[in-house]
Amino acid sequence: MLNHPGLENFEKITTKNIPTENYISQGHRACQGCAEILALGMVMKIAGPNTIVANATGCMEIVTSPFPQTAWKVPWIHVAFENTAAVASGIEAGIKALKRKERFKNDPPHVIAVGGDGATADIGLQSLSGALERGHNFLYVCLDNEAYMNTGIQRSSSTPYGASTTTSPTGSQSIGQQTWKKDLPAIAAAHNIPYVATANPGFHLDLMNKVKKALTIEGPAYIHIYSACPTGWRSKPEKSIEISKLAVQTNVFPLYEIINGRLTITKKINKPKPVREYLKTQRRFGHLSDNDINFIQQRTDARMAELQSLESSSQE
Amino acid sequence: MNKAKGLEVSLAIAEAVKQADVDVVAAYPITPQTHIVEELSVYVANGELDAEYVPVESEHSAMSAAVGSSAAGARTYTATSAQGLALMHEILFIASGLRLPIVMTVANRALSAPISIWNDHGDIMSERDIGWIQIFAENGQEAYELTIAAFKIAEDHRVLLPICVNVDGFILTHMIEPINFIDQNEVDKFLPPFKPALTLDPEKPVTMGPVGVPEVYIESRKQCEQALINSKAVVSEVLADWGQRFNQKYRLIERNGAASPKTVFITMGSMGETTMTAVKELEESGQSLGQVRIRLWRPFPKEEFLDAIKDVEEIIVIDRALSPGSHSGPVAQEIKALLYDQPQKPKIHNIIAGLGGRDVTVKDFKKMYEMARNNELDPNYTIWGVRSDA
Repeated sequence: MLNHPGLENFEKITTKNIPTENYISQGHRACQGCAEILALGMVMKIAGPNTIVANATGCMEIVTSPFPQTAWKVPWIHVAFENTAAVASGIEAGIKALKRKERFKNDPPHVIAVGGDGATADIGLQSLSGALERGHNFLYVCLDNEAYMNTGIQRSSSTPYGASTTTSPTGSQSIGQQTWKKDLPAIAAAHNIPYVATANPGFHLDLMNKVKKALTIEGPAYIHIYSACPTGWRSKPEKSIEISKLAVQTNVFPLYEIINGRLTITKKINKPKPVREYLKTQRRFGHLSDNDINFIQQRTDARMAELQSLESSSQE
Repeated sequence: MNKAKGLEVSLAIAEAVKQADVDVVAAYPITPQTHIVEELSVYVANGELDAEYVPVESEHSAMSAAVGSSAAGARTYTATSAQGLALMHEILFIASGLRLPIVMTVANRALSAPISIWNDHGDIMSERDIGWIQIFAENGQEAYELTIAAFKIAEDHRVLLPICVNVDGFILTHMIEPINFIDQNEVDKFLPPFKPALTLDPEKPVTMGPVGVPEVYIESRKQCEQALINSKAVVSEVLADWGQRFNQKYRLIERNGAASPKTVFITMGSMGETTMTAVKELEESGQSLGQVRIRLWRPFPKEEFLDAIKDVEEIIVIDRALSPGSHSGPVAQEIKALLYDQPQKPKIHNIIAGLGGRDVTVKDFKKMYEMARNNELDPNYTIWGVRSDA
């Protein structure tokens, strides 16, 4: 698993060596129970001070940068909604040229692009694809809270089937979101980039190790992070971590990584809990019937079987 | 300067960018494209230019990557045209709002629909208020020289704004012209390495592009506007310095023709050369005529313009773009608004000519003059050469 160039001497993050420093300060404006800012904080802990962040328009951009305040202790730039991967491309290219021309003295910093699911799956998919294809040495982090939360909970192509949002409302003629969640990690992996992973702040060591690997390996990396949103999901703020764990324990959001095309499930769930237990924690799913839930269960099982078969075929 | 060499103007512009030793070129070959960025990619490929060439997947990403690399402290260049410029629209405001001295060539071309690859100024006239410095070149030599000067203007710490050098698509970009190139050591003496004011440097972290709450948004925009207004003095200064060094005088507003003409044509871009031929020929037949060229379009050089048309009885403003639903073309709107406050105003005619690459010849300018004299033009504006059978 760790035989990729650069990962031979990989030192794992454990409970004993988690960096103590934070690079997003306290006092930001995120909602109570926001798992997205929690996840971003974990990403930044691993990235460390020699990092430049390009942030797409969205929750994280808004809550961390109301002028004249900023929560960022590293250089950070927000340009627009759909172009953060392109902005990161420019930063990486600029630093590369300056380093070569000896006008940038220090070690080249990590370049991290951050976007929500709307910025990544919808409006920014083209610029993400371009940046991954061109092979820039950067990490793209998608913080997926499964709808446009910053603008008032509108559906995105990453909203799960059956969820009620302000633009996929449930009604006599509608179950809510009528399409299945777009598989962004698979789209990223289709670019044949060296590192793709899913992560979840409920499994913080797994998340931080994935960030560390992504930043260690040369070339583009993509991490898709499940980000519980009490405001948009109509869930209890104090339950965000519990819900995050349930998403993995029910196979709704499996954790895996793909290193050079080899897929490994990083959190094996021997006895998955029924998806019903996950769905009932969020009022966005409150209207679903038994039949609907059974359908979601079947799709979830099928998707998991598909992943397991991808894992076994890629280990051969 | 060396002996003139015949070269396609796009390639001369690419040479200027190479001589400016840019660090990053981010570009996309949207239809219609020019040879500028192709040539730059060749320079990078064969080691003549030490830069990162980022072949982005759209013009929107071209400007976005340019913002990123300029914010990282790299001298950054891109080129575009028509639909590409329109696609960049959103990010153009951000480039000036973040005060990033990106240099861009705009090969001016008509906007769709119907799709056209030919010249007019509809693309850049839709981007008047982006907060960029906007200059128009008249010929290939000027396009080459202004491109080098553009870096110095944009990167001046009194300015720190993006700049676009407008060059008429096809009419200039694809024309082979004799170009006098400047020696590299002279360029190096003129243009020092880029020293950004603030960069995304982990040693000194800054937050760029924060949320502008209502308490600060206006002040932020005002600062950008003030920087643009202030840039006029720097443009003059840099062009004066250029004149001293290279014996080419570039004024913000250029006036040619008779010493105290009754009538002047107002033009921008390559049309100025054709107009000047018409003016000369009409002068020879005893008419009192002149021509005023607007070289700097943003910030608009009000004082210089008023000075150039002082004591003129009549002006014929040639617009190469339509402003549908308005009373005039964009340039005439600008001038009419400016003259409103003046105690003495010339009579203003407005002609919209050469849309979508339609030829405008010496004969056309003579006819325009004649119609203006005889009061045969529409009091608002006349779209020149529209066929009634079309």
